[in-house]
Amino acid sequence: MPNVTLVEAVNMALAWEMDHDPNVVLLGEDIATNGGVFRATVGLKERFGYKRVMDTPLAETLIAGTAIGMATQGLRPVAEFQFMGFIYAGMEQLVSHAARLRNRTRGRITCPAVFRAPFGGGIHAPEHHSESTEALFAHIPGLRVVIPSSPQRAYGLLLAAIRNPDPVVFLEPKRIYRAVSQPVEDTGEALPLDTCFTLREGDDVTLISWGASIHETLQAADRLAEQGISAEVIDVATLSPLDRDTLLCSVAKTGRCVIIHEACRNGGVGAEIAASIAEAAFLDLQAPVVRVTGYDTVMPYYRLENFYLPQVEDIVAAVEQVIAL
Amino acid sequence: MKSRYDFHVDSLRYLNDQGLPLDALPTWAEESERVLAAYRNMVLTRTFDQKAIALQRTGQCGTYPSVLGHEVVGTAIGQCMTPDDVFVPYYRDQAAHILRGVKLSELLLYWGGDERGSAWQDCPHDLPIAVPIATQCCHAVGIAAAMRIRDEHRAVVCCLGDGATSKGDFLESLNLAGAWHLPVVFMVINNQWAISTPRSLQSGTETIAQKAIAGGIPGHLVDGNDYFAVTDQLLQALERARAGKGASLIEAVTYRLGDHTTADDATRYRSAEELKQAWERDGIKRLQRYLHHRALWSPDQEQQLQTDCKATVELAVADYLAVPPAPATDMLDYLFAKLPKALEPQRARLVVRHGQEDV
Ligand SMILES: Cc1ncc(C[n+]2csc(CCOP(=O)(O)OP(=O)(O)O)c2C)c(N)n1
Ligand SMILES: [Mg+2]
Repeated sequence: MPNVTLVEAVNMALAWEMDHDPNVVLLGEDIATNGGVFRATVGLKERFGYKRVMDTPLAETLIAGTAIGMATQGLRPVAEFQFMGFIYAGMEQLVSHAARLRNRTRGRITCPAVFRAPFGGGIHAPEHHSESTEALFAHIPGLRVVIPSSPQRAYGLLLAAIRNPDPVVFLEPKRIYRAVSQPVEDTGEALPLDTCFTLREGDDVTLISWGASIHETLQAADRLAEQGISAEVIDVATLSPLDRDTLLCSVAKTGRCVIIHEACRNGGVGAEIAASIAEAAFLDLQAPVVRVTGYDTVMPYYRLENFYLPQVEDIVAAVEQVIAL
Repeated sequence: MKSRYDFHVDSLRYLNDQGLPLDALPTWAEESERVLAAYRNMVLTRTFDQKAIALQRTGQCGTYPSVLGHEVVGTAIGQCMTPDDVFVPYYRDQAAHILRGVKLSELLLYWGGDERGSAWQDCPHDLPIAVPIATQCCHAVGIAAAMRIRDEHRAVVCCLGDGATSKGDFLESLNLAGAWHLPVVFMVINNQWAISTPRSLQSGTETIAQKAIAGGIPGHLVDGNDYFAVTDQLLQALERARAGKGASLIEAVTYRLGDHTTADDATRYRSAEELKQAWERDGIKRLQRYLHHRALWSPDQEQQLQTDCKATVELAVADYLAVPPAPATDMLDYLFAKLPKALEPQRARLVVRHGQEDV
């Protein structure tokens, strides 16, 4: 079993699916000859040819819309946006078409496309290269929003996203693109898109997160364990539609919940989760749900980015606060 | 079938690769002080560029886009614009910024990951560097429209790359510039590459200049390594804009001599041979040869200039490195004119977490 990083797992999943489904095609800026600026598609043009791995002109409206057109013809396009910060020109296509085609035509025309983009801060990138705006997409009915947080989940979830009959926005936390390697079996086995993943079981508090913040969350759980606090850690993975059952069951068990995300707080996906818990598990709660998030501001340019990003200490402090109640 | 419309794109070049005039130079070329100042700015820009790359390589600056190969165009822009005009740049316009009053230390601060690097103390009107490709084109026509509304005789210069011309933002802006006769000049710097994507994959048109025709404005092709050609075409376009006669597009053909940014490795997608040939058309060398040919420049002067530029850059680096990090609260303090009450707790939290005296 190869030991791979998250970005290598993305490459592996793309290669597996292209090998097994001739309808899978890739398009994006600098993805073919250059193999993508993060090398997520490296070697694929050489292996599958330029007709299936396409360098597009520099135009995100075009990338999104072309993928939609291809998908309506039964292709399975996987479109890459070079960074999440440059997806917005494609937003009209995602919101007004990808998300709605099936519904508008009562199932006659569908959009089985995947829209990939690296996102998040912490790599000292230029302006507009570090934001986390997953909530914008999670707000749109008809889009699935998926975020892997380990090589294994990147592999399995991306396969599931490509095979899914509807559009999926697949956001890759670039801070952990190469942070860890783990063995990933290249057997084409997909993971489910309708469930959260419980990464660690615990009794005292439920920690809910996704993307790169999972790493700080797991570290916080380790530290809390040293203090005798047993934390359950859940990776949401598919932000929309949301698997509320797993979250509610966990909170019913622990009675306490801290939600951690890098995105700013106002209108973040954490708010949706907190509201769901308040609606359905209020009587299970022994303390208010607390969020540890980025600040409600523009993602700071990189000299200040560490002041913005949720840190392990912030998570530990939030847990101590809810445990004290 | 009758042909209804035939378009034409002119193309301008004054110097051959050896720096010898192919034709009579424009009259303004007699102002040797202007030409010498241009040359000095190009050398300063290149010296700065090398230093910025070195700072990045040694962990003292973030990802940086080299200006190598764009020095001639940027210098022409900086010289032709008046202080009242508005420059709408992208991220590879260092040569123009310097002449517009942006400090070298500010450029370093910007690429060093600090918003204060866009606070340009001596350059009040120009827009900050646009990172999302081609988005600035729409701002340029908006600014030009504001000038029209107020009957001002000012103009806008908007810079973008060849890759940027594929985006709707650019084409939509051309369209408005033509429909409203706006005082704007689009300077497309065609350096043949958009990261790894060659010019031929961006568009099936033979030139980028001809895209102007569809917007109802003239499109000109110039040799972007020819200081006289770029300057002359830009002077004419600016005069036209200020006189209320409308917009123009100039496609300056040059070559990106460096990697896309310090995060890129161009050897993955382009040949050493192509790069070598491009170096033979380098605009700085060409102007230097011209100056020698006209007996306006000597090896001693060159030596002195190199020394001066290095000293200027070293001073800027020292200024840059001496800038203490901004307080964490800066991330909230510039978001709105006044901090909304709703954000006060978050600011207070930053103070507690990271310590900062109240402003
Ligand atoms: C909307 C958008 N998409 C993608 C990017 C990533 N990106 C940065 S520079 C670049 C290539 C730009 O090429 P060109 O316009 O020719 O300018 P050059 O860098 O060659 O000067 C790309 C794709 C971006 N900054 N903005
Ligand atoms: Mg270019």
